[in-house]
Amino acid sequence: MKELIALYTSWFKMGLFTFGGGYAMLPMIQRDVVEKQKWATEDEIMDYYAIGQCTPGIIAVNTATFVGYKVKGVIGGIVATLGVISPSFIIISIIAACLSNFQDIVVVQQALSGIRISVCILMAVSIYKLGKKSVTNLFGITLCVIAFVMSYFTSVSTVLLVVAAGLCGVIKGRMKHE
Amino acid sequence: MSEILLMMFEFFKTGLFAVGGGLATIPFLQEMGQNYGWFDVNTLSTMIAISESTPGPMGINMATYVGYITHGLVGSIAVTLSLVAPSIIVIIIIANMLDKFKESKLVQDIFVGIRPFVVGLIVAACIDIFLTTLFDFAAVDIINKISWVHVGLFAVGLFIYEKFKVHPILIIVAGAALGIVLGL
Repeated sequence: MKELIALYTSWFKMGLFTFGGGYAMLPMIQRDVVEKQKWATEDEIMDYYAIGQCTPGIIAVNTATFVGYKVKGVIGGIVATLGVISPSFIIISIIAACLSNFQDIVVVQQALSGIRISVCILMAVSIYKLGKKSVTNLFGITLCVIAFVMSYFTSVSTVLLVVAAGLCGVIKGRMKHE
Repeated sequence: MSEILLMMFEFFKTGLFAVGGGLATIPFLQEMGQNYGWFDVNTLSTMIAISESTPGPMGINMATYVGYITHGLVGSIAVTLSLVAPSIIVIIIIANMLDKFKESKLVQDIFVGIRPFVVGLIVAACIDIFLTTLFDFAAVDIINKISWVHVGLFAVGLFIYEKFKVHPILIIVAGAALGIVLGL
């Protein structure tokens, strides 16, 4: 029980103090999970991160589940995950409640239209960085363009598109290995 | 009630197929907004702003926000849990065969395909946010179709954000302040 409480509070703290998700969390994980609680080694955390990146879902959640599972099995995985999502959940619910009461006020609307420009700035930079990291060769450029065209101009489901992209990767891999 | 179940199903699907962090949930959200009308482009943009300026993983923030604005507190709990459920299941399965998974050529190949693809999906999902923010399609002639003030602020903001590496929250607060001062 004590360990479960420690898992919850520790991951709650990490959820509360990280802005920007996944990578921003790494230093805190190193301090709390590796050095203080000794739930996992530095190498294990790096493994969890690598796997978190190539499995579906949110990296922070995946890492929390991994560590929790290692410490206390399935129940530990669930408790750590609930811990990491609780702060977002509380904060966002409060903001959403406030915003739906205030969004008809002119000043709030003006602020929101200013914020929309900010979002464009942040997204432009995030997408550029992600693109630089993920689209590295002709194969990548081709897939990226196909993704854009299929998603923007047709109504094929995103799930289907992602599965097809995975298949393309496998076919390319097979051709290279032969 | 049935709408909330549908929403849970959609977010479960998002949790299962959105690979590569918070940004990757955006294409799924955009598709949901389009198919079911749960939120529009402006709400999606507000959602991104709130997610970027509050702590916690972006995907979780988005799920909680959508759940809350459509179905209140119950909605936010149901939707958030639906989004994380696939992660929990998948990770617990993988945790039992960690080394096999890590070295699997098949898994690596799959992600060689998915990673660049997701970038294209995100661009497609965000392009409407860019267009509605920076252009005014109601205007008659081409010159007025571009919202020059918005484009100008975008360019200046982009320069400051990249040059001085300021925190994203600062950009959002500045956007809010300028929105009020300039009466956007």
